[in-house]
Amino acid sequence: MKVIETSDLKKYYNPDTELEVRALDGVNLSVDQGEFTAVVGPSGSGKTTLLNIIGGLDKPTFGQVLIDGQEITSFSENDLIDYRLHNIGFVFQAYNLIPVLSAYENAEFIMLLQGKSEAERRKRVNKLLKDVGLEKQINKRPTHLSGGQQQRVAVARALASKPKFVLADEPTANLDSKATTQLLDIMKRLNEEENITFIFSTHDQRVIDRAKRVVTLDDGKIISDVLQKQPEMQTK
Amino acid sequence: MKTIIKIAWRNLWRNKLRTAVIITSIILGLWSSMFFMAMIDGVNENRTSIAINTYLGHIQIHQKNYLEDPKIDKTILDIDKVINNISQSSEVVGYAPRTLIDAMFTTAKGNQGVKLIGVMPAHEKNVFVIPETLESGTYFSQFKKPSVIIGKALADKLHLKLHSKVKISFQNVEGDILSYAFRIEGIYKANNGMLEKTQVFTKQETLTKLLGSSQTYIHEIVVKLKDIDNTKNIQSVWQPKMVSNAVKTWDEISPDMGYAQEMMSTFTYIFMLIILIALSFAIVNTMLMAILERKRELGIMMAVGLNKSKLFMMIMIETVLLAIIATPIGMLLSYSSITYFGQHGLHFLSVAKGLEHFGMSAVIHTNLDVSYYLGITALTIFTTLIAAIFPARKALASKPVDVIKEV
Repeated sequence: MKVIETSDLKKYYNPDTELEVRALDGVNLSVDQGEFTAVVGPSGSGKTTLLNIIGGLDKPTFGQVLIDGQEITSFSENDLIDYRLHNIGFVFQAYNLIPVLSAYENAEFIMLLQGKSEAERRKRVNKLLKDVGLEKQINKRPTHLSGGQQQRVAVARALASKPKFVLADEPTANLDSKATTQLLDIMKRLNEEENITFIFSTHDQRVIDRAKRVVTLDDGKIISDVLQKQPEMQTK
Repeated sequence: MKTIIKIAWRNLWRNKLRTAVIITSIILGLWSSMFFMAMIDGVNENRTSIAINTYLGHIQIHQKNYLEDPKIDKTILDIDKVINNISQSSEVVGYAPRTLIDAMFTTAKGNQGVKLIGVMPAHEKNVFVIPETLESGTYFSQFKKPSVIIGKALADKLHLKLHSKVKISFQNVEGDILSYAFRIEGIYKANNGMLEKTQVFTKQETLTKLLGSSQTYIHEIVVKLKDIDNTKNIQSVWQPKMVSNAVKTWDEISPDMGYAQEMMSTFTYIFMLIILIALSFAIVNTMLMAILERKRELGIMMAVGLNKSKLFMMIMIETVLLAIIATPIGMLLSYSSITYFGQHGLHFLSVAKGLEHFGMSAVIHTNLDVSYYLGITALTIFTTLIAAIFPARKALASKPVDVIKEV
């Protein structure tokens, strides 16, 4: 079942000028439920732009984005915020937790915005923080957590809303190898056990190696789309 | 909403020093303006009270048009009926029938035009404070021959001492100029230089005798009421019963007193407004700093699903919390200091002479009606809300996609 489908997605900066930059230039991508997909490519290839447009944070110059068959590029800004709240989980490179809230409150934040009951929140947040191995750190504020721990809270926050998929932009870029391995283990387990769809941009070979599918971008175009099945690899 | 309030509250204390500085500014701004208002109110009360207790009273009755053309024969009509009406009212503390004559006060040192007021000492004591607060001498109890009570300013100007002899000239009803010698029996102080120079008191029976008349000329009855706030009501009840005479309230007799109160009240509001505008700029500045520091965080909050109305609300709450913390403290500080100086008075002894010239005492008792506390609390919170709009709108300008790029 297709969760994400983009057709002829283009994003031009300074269009029709000498300084025109084609960040995305006709990207057609479809992602099925339960995929663990890495979007890779050199800096400036369009990875973050693609994730931003799929996540409704940015609008394309041309083309469509269908999420569960619903076209989102025509949504208003407020509708997009509401759409993101209920459908998409985000994990950012710099963690971006709310510094005045504890780990528990950060993970709970989106569920509060969704208007979930306290009992439901407590049950889900406790489970997620346990899943990411932070059950003993729930009352700590981000400044008292390591980078790896903060990113695990960010993963818990992204999953708390039960999103259709999680977008992670360079999630391991600021982590050391141990924290990277821990985070990947957690994401992989959640993907396999709960069938959660993950799409992440990365330069990190360790992340790429763990992905089921690797989409390579260059100059705003998909130049390869490979399904990796351990131990063998398969071209889609 | 609970979460938004919680985040707003915690955001407030991220930079404790900055929050403490702005809260202190609001407290001091409120306190200074409230105390200034209380001082102005105290000055007004003081000035009005001195005027009422030394020459105005709460209500004055004259023959119609007497004040416009004060001739000796324009006495109050139906005097017995008028006095009967006044004495029957339970709202009246006392009344003082007076004879008013323009006179010339002459001594070897100089002359001074004065109002020679014929009084009934027993009645005067129920209305005015002068009989009880003489600086020296006695109040018409010492001399059998004609005597006067004069003001301190007049005594100083003409170098007069107690028991000095002075000549006072005035016209009788036929227009003849009469001159008589008077002894100075007492010297009064009224905290009003002009009044002390121009009001000279003598006994009404003496004046009647000197005027060579069998009739007592009553030009004015000054009435003191139990409650100043009842003045207008009493006037409206009495005036229809005394159609030949004019019943006027203290602020109609001395409109400058009423205008001064209105003017000072307006000034205090303008002062308050200036303070609040200055505070609102300080609040805007502080909140803008706080928001610019958190631009990225606000963008991320919107990225993960915090809608614009909630974000706007969060910044508004954060700003209003400043006022909610500062206002009660400012009010408490104001109330304490206003109450303290209301009881003990603020002493301006170094400028006492200047104040007295304007009919004020050198000791000001601060006073502020409770309605001001409520009004200014509401005004402060309203100002803070207005001040919060600009930073809140600025916060909404954060675009998630832009701030995410800023790693």
